[in-house]
Amino acid sequence: MKYPVVKAVTLVLAHVPHFARYGSKPLREIPRDEQALGQIESALRSFDQARDYAPHQVYIGNMRPEALAAIEKPWYAHTKTSDRFGPHGEIIPEDEFYGLMAIADQFDLFRLEKEFAARVRERLSEHPLIKPEELKPLDKGLPLEQIETMIGQGALPLFVNGGTLVGAMRSGHDEDDTLTANVLLENLACKASGAWAMRHLTNERHGVDISQVDYVLGCGEEGVGDRYQRAGGAMGKAMAEFAGFSEASGSDVKAFCAAPIHATVTGASYVQSGLYRNIVVAGGGSLAKLGMKFRGHVKHQMPILEDVLGAVAIVIGPDDGKNPVIRLDGVGIHRVKHSSSPPAMMQALVVEPLERMGHRMTDVDKFALELHNAEITEPAGSGDVALTNYKTLAGIAVMRKEIVRDEMDAFVRERGMPGYSPTQGHIAAAVPFLGHARDRMLNGEMQRAMFVGKGSLFLGRMTNLSDGMSFVVEPNGG
Amino acid sequence: MELKGRKVIALGERDGVPGTAIADLVKTAGADVVLTLTQCYV
Repeated sequence: MKYPVVKAVTLVLAHVPHFARYGSKPLREIPRDEQALGQIESALRSFDQARDYAPHQVYIGNMRPEALAAIEKPWYAHTKTSDRFGPHGEIIPEDEFYGLMAIADQFDLFRLEKEFAARVRERLSEHPLIKPEELKPLDKGLPLEQIETMIGQGALPLFVNGGTLVGAMRSGHDEDDTLTANVLLENLACKASGAWAMRHLTNERHGVDISQVDYVLGCGEEGVGDRYQRAGGAMGKAMAEFAGFSEASGSDVKAFCAAPIHATVTGASYVQSGLYRNIVVAGGGSLAKLGMKFRGHVKHQMPILEDVLGAVAIVIGPDDGKNPVIRLDGVGIHRVKHSSSPPAMMQALVVEPLERMGHRMTDVDKFALELHNAEITEPAGSGDVALTNYKTLAGIAVMRKEIVRDEMDAFVRERGMPGYSPTQGHIAAAVPFLGHARDRMLNGEMQRAMFVGKGSLFLGRMTNLSDGMSFVVEPNGG
Repeated sequence: MELKGRKVIALGERDGVPGTAIADLVKTAGADVVLTLTQCYV
């Protein structure tokens, strides 16, 4: 049987240290602790530090996840000069990303100071993925006094380089809580980063023909809407427009952090049904998660590591006899009747679909589970999420007598990987490895990978349920 | 600890023990669960 294929995967990071103060946690802590803002600002990373950070180099494909095991910890203190571009995408500096946000803003709400806008225009004009005519919004920079006036009227100040004021973000409506400057900054950052990951699909390496893409499924963490429909959505279509996918329509899949997995399975099903020729799954970065664990990082005298927006774009198309296939007969579903305990979830999402396909757990070369970078989570007391999940998986393999107890560490090391993803939620949920898996399968190095995402539905107070979904990717048999 | 008749808040964690599992457990010991929550700390 033929299955849909993964035609391309791009992964982009936007380094936005001066947005850390607008993350949900810092935004709540700064007003009640006069030291908090200073602590955050004095611990921000430069672009070079963020670019050279090994987990980020893994994210954009310049390093393999396994290579992290050989790098001395803490990784943030053991960097080496690296490239901002990689086979899977790029790490965008803050000033250029501000430029992209200004271009992405169709309502003149994200405004930049005149001289700064001109400098950004010049820098972006050298970017291979932007067209000269797209830079026109950067000609609309404002005098600094006007920016200051906007801030005096309630706009959010925008900074670079340790505190230089370069712009302001206005609200979209005086009386709508869903269109405040903070909410719109979050949504615009998501749109710009997600669309930029999509734009990378069109680069020389991937060469995706945008005229062949019919639909874009957004899978980010934002809530785009107005007061009458708070998370109305359709970021997928907004990203498609900015990325230049003019033949596409789009909408969103919402499932907390598991959304990229749900969206990939949904999109693959659209292609399999013949409804659409090719689809894109795209998730922009989550500004709300920036600086979430800043207390732990400050306490341990570390840099604020939650200073990047993570974005992903995946192209799924019909079987082409070449690209790796998504086995739609091996999708793992967490049903309402299933327990939310980690072992029960692994049973539903890993064991059950593998058994259905006639496979054992040891038939999977790599499991991509929750890939949170432990260097970010451990200082805040949240543990090593990736390792915990891999140990649960190894324990199940022992109970199933696929391995013996003494082989658990080897199972974790060989079939898992160190967590390397920014703690953006949806982005850490397995999909950062999809680019690596596709490369390995095309090179003949890998026979099977399983992608498992989990979603914390209970956070929304509508159910106590957890959620999750999984899919299996294999090389194309031709 | 004797839980019979005690009021309990069941606070669980996504990657550990869910709040619902804690609530079910203490109910069998006779506790009165007044609030069940699961949190996500990552």
